[in-house]
Amino acid sequence: MTDTTTTPPEIGGIGHSVKRVEDARLIEGQGNFLDDISLPGMLHMALVRSPVAHARINGIDTEAATAVDGVLAVVTGELMAAHNLAWMPTLSGDTQAVLATDKVRYQGQEVAAVIATDPYAAADGAELVEVDYEMLDAITTPQQSLAEGAELIRDEKEGQTDNLAYTWETGDEAATEAAFASADRVVSLTTHYPRSHPAPLETCGIVADVNSVTGQATIYMTSQAPHAHRTLFALVAGLPEQNIRIVSPDIGGGFGNKVPIYPGYVVATAASLLIGRPVKWVETRTGNLISTGFGRDYYMTGELALTDEGRIQAMRVDMLSDQGAFYSDAQPTRYRAGLFHVCTGSYDFPHAHIKCRGAFTNKAPGGVAYRCSFRITEASYLIERLMQTAADELGIDPAELRLRNFIQPEQFPYETATGFVYDSGDYPTALRKALDAAGYEELRAEQAAAREEGRLVGIGIAHFTEAVGAGPAHTYDIAGLKMIDSAELRVHPTGKAILKLGVKTQGQGHETTFAQIVAEETGIPSTDIKVVHGDTDDTPYGLGTYASRSTPVGGAATAMVARKIADKARHIAAHLLEAAPEDIERHADKFHVAGSPDQAVSIQDAAFAAYTNLPEGMEYGLEDVTYYNPPNLTFPYGSYVVVVDVDPETGVWKVRRMIALDDCGVRINPMIVEGQIHGGLTEGFAMSSMQWITFDDDGNCIGSNFMDYLVPTAWETPRFELLETVTPSPHHPIGAKGIGESATVGSPAAFVNAVVDALAHLGVRNIDMPVLPDRVWEAIDSASG
Amino acid sequence: MEITININGTDHTADVEPRRLLVDHIRTGAGLTGTHIGCDTTSCGVCTVLVDGTPVKSCTMLAVQADGREVTTVEGLKSADGLHPVQQAFSDEHGLQCGFCTPAMMLVGAALIDENPAPSDDEVRWAISGNLCRCTGYMNIVKAIQAAAAAASSSNGDS
Repeated sequence: MTDTTTTPPEIGGIGHSVKRVEDARLIEGQGNFLDDISLPGMLHMALVRSPVAHARINGIDTEAATAVDGVLAVVTGELMAAHNLAWMPTLSGDTQAVLATDKVRYQGQEVAAVIATDPYAAADGAELVEVDYEMLDAITTPQQSLAEGAELIRDEKEGQTDNLAYTWETGDEAATEAAFASADRVVSLTTHYPRSHPAPLETCGIVADVNSVTGQATIYMTSQAPHAHRTLFALVAGLPEQNIRIVSPDIGGGFGNKVPIYPGYVVATAASLLIGRPVKWVETRTGNLISTGFGRDYYMTGELALTDEGRIQAMRVDMLSDQGAFYSDAQPTRYRAGLFHVCTGSYDFPHAHIKCRGAFTNKAPGGVAYRCSFRITEASYLIERLMQTAADELGIDPAELRLRNFIQPEQFPYETATGFVYDSGDYPTALRKALDAAGYEELRAEQAAAREEGRLVGIGIAHFTEAVGAGPAHTYDIAGLKMIDSAELRVHPTGKAILKLGVKTQGQGHETTFAQIVAEETGIPSTDIKVVHGDTDDTPYGLGTYASRSTPVGGAATAMVARKIADKARHIAAHLLEAAPEDIERHADKFHVAGSPDQAVSIQDAAFAAYTNLPEGMEYGLEDVTYYNPPNLTFPYGSYVVVVDVDPETGVWKVRRMIALDDCGVRINPMIVEGQIHGGLTEGFAMSSMQWITFDDDGNCIGSNFMDYLVPTAWETPRFELLETVTPSPHHPIGAKGIGESATVGSPAAFVNAVVDALAHLGVRNIDMPVLPDRVWEAIDSASG
Repeated sequence: MEITININGTDHTADVEPRRLLVDHIRTGAGLTGTHIGCDTTSCGVCTVLVDGTPVKSCTMLAVQADGREVTTVEGLKSADGLHPVQQAFSDEHGLQCGFCTPAMMLVGAALIDENPAPSDDEVRWAISGNLCRCTGYMNIVKAIQAAAAAASSSNGDS
């Protein structure tokens, strides 16, 4: 492991595997999750969801529901419309029904809400709401949706004459076409990255407490972005922003699922406002899986133009996304397909052209960044699967093909064909290190011998580059809000501190790691720093935690505010030491005159003096705030090698080894970084092997519960072997890059490449995810047939 | 229906509807919110408690079925001697991230090491295979339960 520490363990700065401060409450059952919140007089809400995918609503009968003992009110779209809240804006500039008034457009869509004194009574009432549906044909694929004569799903949307949600393209089409026209070889791959769901174990929920006298709205909510949500609530509901307080308590996993604003939040808030009592709504698991933010669902055709030697000349991509009934991707405004155009990957070639279309279907909306930075997972999968295809087609070893095309260390900062400027990296070293750990040459020899015996062994490689830390204000906003973030640091007279963040942890350990950044920069022990986050009345503004942006943006803000504090403390120390500030040096927690380490004052002495004994003209106190606008994204990367054994009789494949080398720049807390990688690799394994949401031809969601939607247990999950290199980000104050999502982004291609590699000699070039045993068996069967 | 359940060593008597789930009774009746709800279908296991020492998914047991029995929740793991070895080990080995599955995972781990003082990697994985975790990839949960087993064995050996 690379040692990057500069502080002793008792200070606990960067590079120490400090134990998490969050753990104490969580291991004793004293966490404070949304459903744990109970307020005096609180009511409970249950949603009535559409059982069908596409139907006109001819009427809603609420009489029987209203008669249930304990039921206070039944809210329908008609009531919401009377308050101008039947529709709400999405994060991609579309509108979404809060409670359906005209049609239902997907199974699980919100149709009515029952408010009762007890959750059981609310559920009883919801069972009794009668909705008269006039069935319409369901459109369940984007191909059907864009076909001539397809029924218009969004008939309410002004100017909408077809089912096209958006088009977007980037790159130099003419130069790309020219490169393809003159290429020695062209390889192509058509694949579907299936719809998946983040499925955090805690579902979404809200306790809305609107005081009808004061107008104060206190909203406890499972929110990855409480400040942005406050502003959106103000804009949507017309409430004055100073009267809205969003409190995001302990969150039981987010993974992008808790970024959007869902209809249930809006209805519960409106109900609290109208009834004058707090209203709690906690989603059921089925509600979560069938209606809230999914990820992926991209149909992609990618092509590479290559020389005979395997040098890439250009890439072109045609992509069609299934958006569901409303276009509600959570992504930067400028880019209609997120950061999908990072699909040129880790390779040095001059031209690319990417064409994207999205279609409305009768499926749930979403398109969230499920443990990735805005569609980078799809992008990374496409290029790394294409590299495997190219290797197989050209007869070049897949590791060698990558080494021939890598951006070289001396080329950084490197501008890609689609305009990203990668900050730093040493790709060849990373790949070679991972291959060495795997024993690559020996594995290839074993594979050849195994094939002679009729056994199938596959070695899958993926080398990904992620683009995280959105983002620079000149390019990145969501709903117009620039994607900056913030940190406020207050050092008390006794030298203890409070750090307040605009970002919000959901298990990433911010209460520990962000304190370590302050410890590094000031010398205050990390255990003396309380980290506050999630309460908009008590923290500075920020865009929240998703897309691996907390460390790149919020972490940078933290380092910068800590530097301001350290600088003021240095001036105070100079005053105490009767020396010039420019002569004062800091080492860990001590300030001393350069060359005289014996004459020192501590950061704690300086903090006390900040309130008691200041130099002439200096303002009292030791606190400050920083808003950080990052100059660029950060670009973590990794080299993954997977070894699988495939049973030719059944198509069952087992992971023998999974070697993951990650380079996320400087690691603030190595223990936590490794934990993030373990989790991300598991989700990559999940998507490649079992985890997907499908629909039947009528639009019924298959995968509406954890018996049908398979997420891996400990029994299926492979063991992981982790490696690292450390290439700091040159523009981040502490050299760190994001890490929470790298492994989810990079690993699916490694798993699939391994299975395809096992079958490559049979002529198999692709198996779509999830790589289920029957798909493998069919691939073997048709190749052998 | 009046029932009495001994939860973490204390008798709780209450009048409950026959349909009331044990998990709801624990959370809102007894006010112990460390036991969570994650799926409604006995799949995710975050509601796991020990009933007479055996792990049970409390979303699939009625409160009335627990009448007269002993229930242990996460709040009952700690003793006068301090944290249970499994609690200490989950923190030491970074066996939790968001913490939502953690109470259940620790209870299953505690029940396992009661029966098997030195479980193998596979034995731990099999024991917790009814409990999902979306954050950790299970690597450190397995390590934590094994570390807890070792710690419990050595402290038993000392006494």
